[in-house]
Amino acid sequence: MANIISDETIEYVGILAKLELSGEEKEQAKKDMGSMLDYIDKLGELDTQGVEPMSHVFPVKNVFREDVVTNGNIREEILKNAPGEKDGMFVVPRTFE
Amino acid sequence: MNILDMTAVELAAAIKERKVTVLEAVEAVLTQMEKSEETFNCYVTVDKEGALMQAGEVQRKIDAGELTGPLAGVPVAIKDNMCTEGMLTTCSSKILGNFVPTFSSEAVLNLQKAGAVILGKTNMDEFAMGSTTETSAFGVTKNPWNPEHVPGGSSGGSAAAVAAGECFYALGSDTGGSIRQPASFCGVVGMKPTYGRVSRYGLIAYGSSLDQIGPLCKDVTDCAAIMEVIASHDPKDSTSVEQDDTDFTTALVEDVQGMRIGIPKDYFGEGLEPEVKEAVLGAAKALEEKGAIVEEFDLSLVEYAIPTYYTIAAAEASSNLERFDGIKYGYRTSEYEGLHNMYKKSRSEGFGPEVKRRIMLGSFVLSSGYYDAYYLKALRVKALIKKAFDEAFAKYDVILGPVAPTTAPKLGQSLSDPIKMYLGDIYTISVNLAGLPGLSMPCGVDSKGLPIGLQLIGDCFQEKKLIQTAYTYEKIRGPFGRKEDRQ
Repeated sequence: MANIISDETIEYVGILAKLELSGEEKEQAKKDMGSMLDYIDKLGELDTQGVEPMSHVFPVKNVFREDVVTNGNIREEILKNAPGEKDGMFVVPRTFE
Repeated sequence: MNILDMTAVELAAAIKERKVTVLEAVEAVLTQMEKSEETFNCYVTVDKEGALMQAGEVQRKIDAGELTGPLAGVPVAIKDNMCTEGMLTTCSSKILGNFVPTFSSEAVLNLQKAGAVILGKTNMDEFAMGSTTETSAFGVTKNPWNPEHVPGGSSGGSAAAVAAGECFYALGSDTGGSIRQPASFCGVVGMKPTYGRVSRYGLIAYGSSLDQIGPLCKDVTDCAAIMEVIASHDPKDSTSVEQDDTDFTTALVEDVQGMRIGIPKDYFGEGLEPEVKEAVLGAAKALEEKGAIVEEFDLSLVEYAIPTYYTIAAAEASSNLERFDGIKYGYRTSEYEGLHNMYKKSRSEGFGPEVKRRIMLGSFVLSSGYYDAYYLKALRVKALIKKAFDEAFAKYDVILGPVAPTTAPKLGQSLSDPIKMYLGDIYTISVNLAGLPGLSMPCGVDSKGLPIGLQLIGDCFQEKKLIQTAYTYEKIRGPFGRKEDRQ
């Protein structure tokens, strides 16, 4: 395997991904990511100098609309699926002391 | 004729002629579900009461002459990643196990306007990440042709439901082959439209630049009729395209005289099962005999499509799936210390292994220091792949090849080796990268008794050429997938 994923990298990616992996999951993730990256490294065989990165297949430009509210007050609907709700607001853990 | 043997268009015609009522049609599929759902597990949610209620309403509108379209009264199944107002929508994930949307996706609304009766939500790979429907948090779906085999994925529930007679047609979504490959494995017709044809509003995103909703159905006529209903310009999806050529049923013409069909040699190399190859080339020959000009060519870059796709799809997935944080909807962990720990624990407990694998990979390729080398590189290769297709479509109307290298594998054989599983997407994936339409239809049965799929690929917005070619081939091939044809 050409790509060796270190413990630090997995920790760091875990922070970015907001995932808490168990010890066993981390080992598996190191292996999986290493082999995927080995595979993705195949793209290095291609000379892409001067090729513009293509994020969209069509020449899509920004689509604008007038900034006009079209929906009414849908607070109740929005809160319907909330795991925690109080006084018309989402409940979250205390974020600062 | 038995109701369940009818196609969607045939059923709607029978309802219009008052030979069948909408209620009878709904009851026929519900009875079929009672017989076979325990074995196949096509659905995550069956809304029996809702379907019976809709049947009455739709029938009234048909009787009153308010609904006259070619799909009015036909029961449909929806993949569980499309929001349906008031109906559980899980993406086959624990993290959305209790999510009941307060709005419906545009494609579903379009179907309802056309008189569809929504039966329920079909099983899928979790967040559409997988090729077998085995990554679902709600059990595997089995292939109606042989329940020891997978139905394909990620729209495996939709494909299996059509094949098992548990609906008359279904919607699926296709990010890298997720409509075409299960259609192929279950012996039904599936189409991934051009990117932008069908609104993605209300489709829970996986890879936004690749995702597209499309039909899974019994034949090419149904496919064209469904496409006419779901294709629309929607201001709520900024990548949705303005279009005035959605009269897809006008392409149901039996004629391929002079149609230029290209066969990419790179699609017939190592890894392709001989029986699949033979059946697909047999279909090409049949079209040639009807006057099509069939020619082999080098498409190039085929082996680069999978690494390009997995980089882009994982990157977009890692970003799209950030919204699942246990605050606004979905699963929240029961014990946590502070906000960040709650995010992490909710997500870690809520997502399955394949989803986590792709979020991790996506987070990595987007992270600073690796963004250029991986993500931008993949976007550059995507441009090259698009160019290769542009060159091909300067010469050909349609590209013809297999959908997948094999027929449906056995249950439990695919997930242990992710890269091997990803390789199964080799013929479908570049279509999504280039935004092209692709159609999958049955073209034979292998020695194991499993269906073989034929793929037709068109240039952007050339769905009609695919439909015309597919319709012509369907006429040559004859009926397929009837119960008596199986085994």
